[in-house]
Amino acid sequence: MMVSFFDQFASPSYLGIPNIAVAIALPWVLYPTPPARWINNRLITIQGWFINRFTNQLMLPLNVGGHKWALLLASLMIFLITINMLGLLPYTFTPTTQLSLNMGFAVPLWLATVIIGMRNQPTIALGHLLPEGTPIPLIPVLIIIETISLLIRPLALGVRLTANLTAGHLLIQLIATAVFVLLPMMPTVAILTAAVLFLLTLLEVAVAMIQAYVFVLLLSLYLQENV
Amino acid sequence: MALAQKKLMDVKLGQLPSWLGTRDFTPNGLLGSVRGGYERYYNKYINVKKGGIGGVAMFLAGYIALSYLWEYDHIKHDRWRKYH
Repeated sequence: MMVSFFDQFASPSYLGIPNIAVAIALPWVLYPTPPARWINNRLITIQGWFINRFTNQLMLPLNVGGHKWALLLASLMIFLITINMLGLLPYTFTPTTQLSLNMGFAVPLWLATVIIGMRNQPTIALGHLLPEGTPIPLIPVLIIIETISLLIRPLALGVRLTANLTAGHLLIQLIATAVFVLLPMMPTVAILTAAVLFLLTLLEVAVAMIQAYVFVLLLSLYLQENV
Repeated sequence: MALAQKKLMDVKLGQLPSWLGTRDFTPNGLLGSVRGGYERYYNKYINVKKGGIGGVAMFLAGYIALSYLWEYDHIKHDRWRKYH
């Protein structure tokens, strides 16, 4: 009876209450609303500074029409970063390892950018399907290729986030198991593996943040093309 | 002081059932007590002039403990399976 390493990704529930409900609600608790004060306390100031910085950064390439998406993109970014980082704590459950959640984010938002583009500027939106300067014989093939690449974007967005986080958690669990098993037999190898585990954990922290950022960045890119 | 206004830590053991009878267990009441607990924690550890990592760290430690509690059943079965 094999202990499957994929068991950690099964959606857990306790007494009928799914843990994912608490895991998804948790980021809301961690970012309190700033009170209406002129100068806030240290923690709220840091939080506000962070959010302002990356909303600013995110809105740089977008035109004024795209700024309507500021709230959505900034809150999505905070949500994904928090969920990814909380998933690195021991025994916790990471909702973003579930493909359903990531597709639930990717498909509607991508579809929104496409529909906005098609409604407001259909010529330009369709014009993105053919890059400038393509040789005439290649045009039909290229349009098909670009359409496929357009349609595959939501799948890529969702699967990218899922796969990165799942792979990271799996690697951590595998290498940690290796360290535990090796410790009585070959302590030196175990220490080396523990060093690898430490570096891997650092990588996972970085990946957690980067993947959230990439998700939101690509969305803003798709928005930029279309809005 | 009337029984209903006492805090849990001031209630004597024999008075506990009657104290529980005075508490509000309707959904609104439960929500109110959760909100009250959140405000007490927030105002004591987060909403202070020079808040540090302590407030957030305690909360996350509580979350880890809660997650362990929830996953204990699964972990127990994993341990049993590993050692037959």
